[in-house]
Amino acid sequence: MEEMLQVRNLSKSYGSLKVLKDISFDVKKGEVVAIIGPSGSGKSTLLRCINQLERADGGEVTVCGMPMFKSDSAGKAVYSSAKVLREIRLKIGLVFQNFNLFPHMSVLRNVTEAPIQVLKHPKAEAVKTAEILLKKMGLLEKKNSYPCELSGGQQQRVSIARALALQPEVLFFDEPTSALDPELTGEILKVIKELAKDKMTMVIVTHEMAFARDVANHVIFMDGGVIVESGTPEEVFGNSKSERTKQFLERYHNG
Amino acid sequence: MGIEEMKKVAEILLQYVPATLKLFGATLLFSIPLGMVVALLRKCKIKPIEWLISFYILVMRGTPLMLQVIAIYYAFPFLQKSETVAAMPGFVRAIVNLADIRDPNYMFRAVCLAFTLNYAAYFAEIFRGGIEAIPKGQYEAAECLGFTKIQTFFRIILPQVIKRIVPASSNEVITLIKDTSLANIIAYEEVILKAKQQMQLYSSLTPLFIAGVFYLISTIILTALFSFIEKKLDYYK
Repeated sequence: MEEMLQVRNLSKSYGSLKVLKDISFDVKKGEVVAIIGPSGSGKSTLLRCINQLERADGGEVTVCGMPMFKSDSAGKAVYSSAKVLREIRLKIGLVFQNFNLFPHMSVLRNVTEAPIQVLKHPKAEAVKTAEILLKKMGLLEKKNSYPCELSGGQQQRVSIARALALQPEVLFFDEPTSALDPELTGEILKVIKELAKDKMTMVIVTHEMAFARDVANHVIFMDGGVIVESGTPEEVFGNSKSERTKQFLERYHNG
Repeated sequence: MGIEEMKKVAEILLQYVPATLKLFGATLLFSIPLGMVVALLRKCKIKPIEWLISFYILVMRGTPLMLQVIAIYYAFPFLQKSETVAAMPGFVRAIVNLADIRDPNYMFRAVCLAFTLNYAAYFAEIFRGGIEAIPKGQYEAAECLGFTKIQTFFRIILPQVIKRIVPASSNEVITLIKDTSLANIIAYEEVILKAKQQMQLYSSLTPLFIAGVFYLISTIILTALFSFIEKKLDYYK
């Protein structure tokens, strides 16, 4: 299977605090990877490094065969040219914990703005694509509403449509349900499941253990900036090797 | 003062309304874009530029506008004769000699420059507050979607900044229409200057009262205009 994302020995520090240490993993085409772990384990920072919102200190990341950065002989990350970084950026999409929709734009414009302005698609085509995506999200009748008129779950679905409108090869989710009421998380998880059925490649940072177990092909458990354990859901959830993983999962089961 | 005389005074004052409005309009036209540039420069990461901008804002807000009007109006004639300036590099002399003090429009230009520099400082602070109030997530979302920095500013940040700064800006604009009267200190012929002359001519306070009515009407119009704009921008939160 084709490798969509390769992360090798990625490291990142804030001052003297090492938040990511030697992180390595692969994501293959059509795979759904769930990253779990306690708060402060570095999950979000890892996602932000891969999405170029933070600069990594060292290691190597390759997206769809294009190198984002590579360590030089001194171990310091050297980033590719702005042109390559931009190409990589358009290959990957990110769905944020708190949606980050553009409040002054209608739902439809939130979804069409980037295809029109960034990819220079004709407006009619962008609108058509956006309407198909919104229909898939069950939000077509809300296309002329503004984000403030929608529930959290609806806003998150719009932000998923917005990310999909650029036709990314890999879609990242940063705790997509953490800002939602428990009743609303279900609708987002349903959408992600449907995307998984369509063979969308996804990397999901989540606290929803049952969901991770259900939808992911591969689970990564992180703690203290390192990958403690990784494998199939059965391996990690049903038969964890590490004491730390067991302890973490137990606490989850007991609430 | 009789009705006939009041009408005559009102007609005379009305002739100077355009001079007041011209200063008002020109100041807005130049100070709003300049204020935006100053606000962006203040957020600049190059320390000396940031310090220079902070110093400029401090001086503009820390000294009276009337003093600035007098200083700028008299500065050019002084500087053009100054031997120190003559010894300075060419570009300094070029700037100083840019102003033609014999031009009949020199007074307006000097007043307008003073007002623009002063109001740009206030607008810059309003804009800075507006820009800083936009959540970081908006920039990050735009970045992930591939928008360039310029697209992000003009399409995503600025429209939201405008909505946030309308209430504070309306205060500045209303203050400005009344501040234009400060230009009478260097005998710029506007409404207040003429009202004072008419007051002395008729030994009556009525001309001042009529001038006051003009400012009141202007303020009512501006207030209505800004509440209209606020309503227009109320379609999202």
